[in-house]
Amino acid sequence: MDFIYNGLLQGINLIFSGDEAVWSAVKLTLELTALSMCASLLIGLPLGFILGYFNFPTKSILRTIVDTCLSLPTVVVGLLVYAFISNAGPLGQYKLLFTIPGIAIGQTILALPIVIALTANAIESLDNRLRLTLLTLGAGAFSAAVTTLWEARYQVIAAAVTACGRITAEVGVSMMLGGNIKWRTRTITTAITLETNKGEFAAGIALGVILLSLALILNTFLAFAKRRDK
Amino acid sequence: MEARKILEVFYLKRKVLLMVAITAILVFFTAGMVLSIPLPVLRMATTTSTDNTGLLDYLAPFVTEQLGIDLQWVSVGSGAAIKHGENGDVDIILTHDPAAEDKFEASGAGVYRKYVMYNDYIVIGPKNDPAGIKGLSTAEAFNKIANSGSVFASRADKSGTHSAELAQWGHAGIQVPDKEQWYLATGQGMLQTIIIAAEREGYTLTDRGTYITYESKGSPELVILVEGDESLYNQYSIMTVNPEKHPKTNHELAKKFTDWLISPVTQTLIADFKVQDKQLFFPNAEDKNKE
Repeated sequence: MDFIYNGLLQGINLIFSGDEAVWSAVKLTLELTALSMCASLLIGLPLGFILGYFNFPTKSILRTIVDTCLSLPTVVVGLLVYAFISNAGPLGQYKLLFTIPGIAIGQTILALPIVIALTANAIESLDNRLRLTLLTLGAGAFSAAVTTLWEARYQVIAAAVTACGRITAEVGVSMMLGGNIKWRTRTITTAITLETNKGEFAAGIALGVILLSLALILNTFLAFAKRRDK
Repeated sequence: MEARKILEVFYLKRKVLLMVAITAILVFFTAGMVLSIPLPVLRMATTTSTDNTGLLDYLAPFVTEQLGIDLQWVSVGSGAAIKHGENGDVDIILTHDPAAEDKFEASGAGVYRKYVMYNDYIVIGPKNDPAGIKGLSTAEAFNKIANSGSVFASRADKSGTHSAELAQWGHAGIQVPDKEQWYLATGQGMLQTIIIAAEREGYTLTDRGTYITYESKGSPELVILVEGDESLYNQYSIMTVNPEKHPKTNHELAKKFTDWLISPVTQTLIADFKVQDKQLFFPNAEDKNKE
């Protein structure tokens, strides 16, 4: 028990003493998450909207594919993207392996199915009469679409938060595509893996606490926004 | 009607604001990333031992200061490091698996191979030494471990140390006990494998550098039982990825770094690197590279 207690104590100490390596991991994680989230939302929201809003023949097949992709293992995504962005691969010339944008590609692939599937669900779950009402009120197709998306905003935000949770928590993609390079691609999760491997449990616990705190801050913020809106 | 319209406009505007905020964040972070890499980058794939012991963390500031190079390394097993070299994903490799390095060099994938330093492997195990291997030769020790069915943790990750361990089973005249209950193929780095061996009260083969690092964390459960065999010698070499195979790699920086690493000044730096007053790596570039 001593061992856990001491780890926690040292961990908290590390956070407040402003340890450079710890904060570098935090900063990189934030950068990476921002990049991956922007990419997956920019691509995923329109796709999810289309999938939920319109009716077309291949819709159910597409839904099944997207739902299957929800359970993509991180290491499989890591391996696939590695094969593409390695210098020996087709996208090798862009030198993306072992960089933050390289990891972001993998994480975007992880987050996309979540954003698409949950956005589509959100749109579908809206009352069907909403669209008709909007059209009757004289809204154009585009503004009807935007308003529909807006009406589903809480579910859409929930989709984003879920996706965000998956990518900040994953370690497979970050490790394989980032290589855990100190100051460059060492994120919170890969740092925890490394510190545990080195037997430095205190540093690992410190990073774990930070990761949890980030999630707490994000969710508290959202809860407040939701309450004020209502 | 009027109220609804105002509300709608308000919503749409908020959406625009949100989009602007997201774009601003994206631009901010991307700009930060571009601006934060002013030095030319040298990518190296290396073994877990040079990283876990802290040697590279210790050398990196000197590399930046004296060469103006931003040294970035990924630490994996020697086998994976060589694979990264073959794919041209790194500019240079620092490894300790002579047989695999020979193959890499012979295939034309690696050039400018230089010996850097050495340390040695040791067999460690529980203090009470259930298999009774203390002071034996490595071959005898491996035989005793196998016969007594004591737990043995193997890296099993194609690292240099894994290669060395496989060779030791060969010397001992035993087939690699891959499927035995007592043989733990961890597939992980050296320190993690030592920790697993300690948890299971078993034996393992490790490089001395990583063991000293493990020991320095206080109250080690595993102690050195076999050492000093000639077969336990552990040589580290550095090799540049052949620029003819991978023109995009930075072979000029790689050469600059190699020459720096084997220079007398740096070799002294390596000798001065100590954990708990114990020297971890013994530079031998000057003697070995003459041969």
